[in-house]
Amino acid sequence: MSKILEGLYYSESHEYVKVEGNIGFIGITDYAQHELGNVVYVDVPEVDDEVTAGEEFGAVESVKAASDLMSPVSGTVIEVNEALEDEPGLVNKDAFENWIIKVEISDLGELDNLMTAEAYKAFIGE
Amino acid sequence: MNNVYYGKLIFELSKEGRCGYSLPKNELGQYKLEDMPAHLMRDEAPALPQVDELTVVRHYTNMSNNNFGVDTGFYPLGSCTMKYNPKINEEMCNHHAFTGLHPLQDPSTVQGALEVYSNLQYSLAEISGLSEFTLNPFAGAHGELTGLMVMKSYHLSRGDEKRTKVIIPDSAHGTNPASAAVCGFNVVVVKSRPDGTVDVEDLRPLLDDTIAGMMMTNPNTLGIFEHNIAEIAQLVHEAGGLMYYDGANLNPMLGMCRPGDLGFDIMHINLHKTFSTPHGGGGPGSGPVGVREGLEQFLPNPRVVADEETMSFKVVSNDESLGSVSGFLGNFGVIMRAYAYILTLGKENLRMVGPLATLNANYIKECLKDCYELPIEGVCKHEFVFDGLKDKSTEVTTLDVAKRLLDYGYHAPTIYFPLLFHQALMIEPTENESKETLDGFIEVMRTIAREASETPELVKTAPHNTPVRRLDDTLAALHPVVTYTELVADNQ
Repeated sequence: MSKILEGLYYSESHEYVKVEGNIGFIGITDYAQHELGNVVYVDVPEVDDEVTAGEEFGAVESVKAASDLMSPVSGTVIEVNEALEDEPGLVNKDAFENWIIKVEISDLGELDNLMTAEAYKAFIGE
Repeated sequence: MNNVYYGKLIFELSKEGRCGYSLPKNELGQYKLEDMPAHLMRDEAPALPQVDELTVVRHYTNMSNNNFGVDTGFYPLGSCTMKYNPKINEEMCNHHAFTGLHPLQDPSTVQGALEVYSNLQYSLAEISGLSEFTLNPFAGAHGELTGLMVMKSYHLSRGDEKRTKVIIPDSAHGTNPASAAVCGFNVVVVKSRPDGTVDVEDLRPLLDDTIAGMMMTNPNTLGIFEHNIAEIAQLVHEAGGLMYYDGANLNPMLGMCRPGDLGFDIMHINLHKTFSTPHGGGGPGSGPVGVREGLEQFLPNPRVVADEETMSFKVVSNDESLGSVSGFLGNFGVIMRAYAYILTLGKENLRMVGPLATLNANYIKECLKDCYELPIEGVCKHEFVFDGLKDKSTEVTTLDVAKRLLDYGYHAPTIYFPLLFHQALMIEPTENESKETLDGFIEVMRTIAREASETPELVKTAPHNTPVRRLDDTLAALHPVVTYTELVADNQ
């Protein structure tokens, strides 16, 4: 059974966004890290890069597969989680604690297109 | 299986002053090294291993014993068509009339080799229902790139520069989007229906005048024949796009159904899959590309054409071509082997390949579907996918099943592909295997399923009988040791 946190927003491509004011912490869900297996590389954008909802902003590579990261919201990258560069396995340890990018969200209305914890739970069939 | 792991490097066997040759007496006098221009001299002698002949023979024989191939055992690697490489292919391509040729020889002196090249082009065109082939690309993905370059050249030749997108199903081989990206196209993904085939309703809204074409394999990566292929081809053509056929799964189609007749415009063939040339170990492979009439002028230079008037073969280039994708005319040794295979089987026997490959795949599927999860019921073609074990109460995964198979002396199937199923286990037996071999494999797969339920730890820690136990692939990915000096440093 995967961990799903209440109060976060979830995408169909298994990213989450945790919102504080107009700042969003974006990462992959616990379900996603479990399905991927041991993560060996996380490809992240640079600070000040623009991300667009539904479009790729990086990639995560595991021993099983390489998957694109799709941004759940649009905005500007204000910080990337640099710890993942040396220790990509942190994503497996705690996917929600170890967010990948921090974004200044340009349109909070886009959150309405995402799933709640309950809807995401149903989406992954748990 | 050889249980003693042999992992020595030839340099570790080296002993100062030892050698395995004896040169004839020097009758020409000493060459003065001092006369050599200084800039041509090495600073120090090359670090070559100093070993005797027997040591060299044992070293390489032991190394080869670490290998697993179709000649050693059953190799049901889905999507890879690991068929037996008949030894007559080797005999033909090692014929002295071919082995002594040089690619820079004048065409008039290599007419036999050019005839083989031309005849194979003709055979592939007939088998695939397309008009013209090039045999120059070196491998499947190289063929994909070449085929997409044909697609691009076609659109640009009409002055149509808007077509920047290629549609690819979500079940596709990973090489498809990779090739499209390398060729400068943007990839648009079309979804599959629950039965694994392309969702035509999802495709319709994607089609407009920015679509260069669509890439498909048929049967698809789940081994399911795309029944809507005629409608799909029609829709893509109406939008002005071209249809690309990924030939990875051509085996079940041989002589039964032709991509050209299904509406495909461009395709590649993997000679190292469908036409029995050696596969794996990094090559050499061969990925011939075929096109329908009207696209042949874009095929890569140089091309081999038969001049019927003079009964000879010419090597030609043309200006409309997309350019050159290889030195000379591709991997000739592979071309020779594929041609030998086609002639050995002949038209009638080539028609038996697909039905027998399909029968073998369905036999395994039906015998195992009570212990492995079969996500798509019904008749498959040459391969099929299980979604892990039926008993989901244990933590045993597809990876564990694959590792346990090694203990029983089988090569593991393709795992975790296609991505549509989380515990994908993709089995392709090919037409080569006897019922006894298939029954042996089925028995072992049933045993592993039983072990997974009764003694899961045994399966989770497999392999136990191989020279090397389960490898830490996370560590290998994070800290790869790829040179001898790194290895020595690590061991110290």
